[in-house]
Amino acid sequence: MSTTPKSLYRDEGVVLRTQKLGEADRIVTVLTRRHGKVRAVAKGVRRTKSKFGARLEPFSHVDLQLYTGRSLDVVSQAESIRSYGSVIAADYPAYTAGTAVLETADRLTAEEKEPSLRLFLLVVGALRALSDRTRPAGLVLDAFLLRAMSVAGWEPALGDCARCGTEGPHRHFSVPAGGSVCRECRPTGSAMPSPVTIEHLEALLSGDWERAEASENAQRREGSGLVAALLQWHLERGLRSLPLVDRSDVAPRREAGLLSEA
Amino acid sequence: MYEGAVQDLIDELGRLPGVGPKSAQRIAFHLLAAESADVGRLVAALQRVQAEVRFCVTCYNVAEGEQCRICRDPRRSTDVICVVEEPKDVVAIERTREFRGRYHVLGGAISPIEGVGPDDLRVKELMTRLMDGTVTELIIATDPNLEGEATAAYLARLVGPLGLAVSRLASGLPVGGDLEYADEITLGRAFEGRRRIDA
Ligand SMILES: [Zn+2]
Ligand SMILES: [Zn+2]
Repeated sequence: MSTTPKSLYRDEGVVLRTQKLGEADRIVTVLTRRHGKVRAVAKGVRRTKSKFGARLEPFSHVDLQLYTGRSLDVVSQAESIRSYGSVIAADYPAYTAGTAVLETADRLTAEEKEPSLRLFLLVVGALRALSDRTRPAGLVLDAFLLRAMSVAGWEPALGDCARCGTEGPHRHFSVPAGGSVCRECRPTGSAMPSPVTIEHLEALLSGDWERAEASENAQRREGSGLVAALLQWHLERGLRSLPLVDRSDVAPRREAGLLSEA
Repeated sequence: MYEGAVQDLIDELGRLPGVGPKSAQRIAFHLLAAESADVGRLVAALQRVQAEVRFCVTCYNVAEGEQCRICRDPRRSTDVICVVEEPKDVVAIERTREFRGRYHVLGGAISPIEGVGPDDLRVKELMTRLMDGTVTELIIATDPNLEGEATAAYLARLVGPLGLAVSRLASGLPVGGDLEYADEITLGRAFEGRRRIDA
C-alpha cells in the first residue's frame, strides 16, 4: 500500500471513454474543465449496486472528486450534472456523431492534465446540441471538428491562401497545406471542391447556423469529406468512429422522438 | 518468469477475458497441483467444444450440429424473434421461461469507438430472416447500456418499414449493466413490461 499522502481535488468533466479493469472496476477517461484530460479508476463501478451507478458512462457530464494516485487517479465521488448518454444513444445519427466527438477530444489531448478549457466547452456544446436535436447531427459534428482543430492550432484556411495569405476565395484546396490555396502556391494533387462547399465550412466554423443548415446534401457530403481528411492529416492514426458516422439525418428532428411508451 | 511450459500456460490463461496476470498464475499452479484425471476432463471439454460446437446457421446461437436446440424445437413460435447480443444472453432469457419464440444473436453491439459498426454484426442475416413475412414481432433485448441502446435504436429504424411490432426490453433493468447479470425475476418483468417502439 502506498504511504504517499493523497491529494484530493474536485473538478467537473465529460466522460470520454471507459475501459474495463479487473473484475468490477473501470478506468474512466474524463475531459475536465480545469485539469484537462484525466484518467482515473472508478472502483466497483460495474457492480449493479455501485454508488456511481450509470453516472460514469461516456457522454456524462459529472462533478467529480478525485485523489491523485501513483499512475492513475481514483474517483472518490461523482455527481451527475447532466447525462447526455441515454438521449444520444436513442438516436443513431446522434450516437455515432457523439462518439466521434468524444474520440476526437480524447485524441486531441495527447498530454494528460494539460488544461484545455476551450476544448472542454466545445465538447459540452456539441453534446448539448446533439441531445437537444435542434440541428442535424452530422453538421454538429463537422462544426465541432472544425473548431476543435482550430483550438488545437490547426484552423483550416477557408478564405485566404493557407501558404502565402493572398486574399481569397481560391478555387484550390490542399489538405497537406491546410486548406484553400492560391494558384501559385497550390501543391500537385490539390482538389477543387465546389466554392459553395467552402462557404458551407466557413458557416460551420463561424457558427452561422442559418447558412449552414440551408446547405444542400451535396455540399454537406463534400464538406464532411474535407473535414475528415484535414483531421486525419493531423492525427497519427485515423479515428475509428469517423467512418461509422451515420449522416442520414438532414433536417432538424426536434419533434421526432424515437422511443415512446407503449 | 517461470520455466518454458509453466510460463506458456500462464501466458495462455492470461489471454482469457477477465483473467489478469495474478489470476493466471494462481490458476496455473492450481492445475499443476491437480489430479491428472481432473486436468484430463478439462482438456477433453476444451477439445470437444472446439470440435463440436459451432454457431446455429439460423440464429447464431451456439449449437451442436447445424441448428441450435431452440431453432430445432417445433413448439417454439416462429412469429416472434428476440434479438440479443451474445449466446449467454439467450441462456439468461431462457432461465426466465417468459419467452417462447426464437432468437437472433447479433454477435455484439454497435460500438464505433471500438470500430464495430452494423456490418460487423449479424444484421443482414436478421433482415433476411424478417423478409419472408413469417415473423410479426421483434423484441430487442440488447444490453441496457449505451451500446445496447444505440444498437436497439439502429435496428428499430432499420426494420421500421417492415411494419413489425417492435419492442425494447429495458424497463427495470439496471442501467449500465450487462443483461446476463440481471436476475430472472427482473428480466422476466422486463419482458412483460417491454416498451413498444414506433419507428
Ligand atoms: Zn498562395
Ligand atoms: Zn438457432
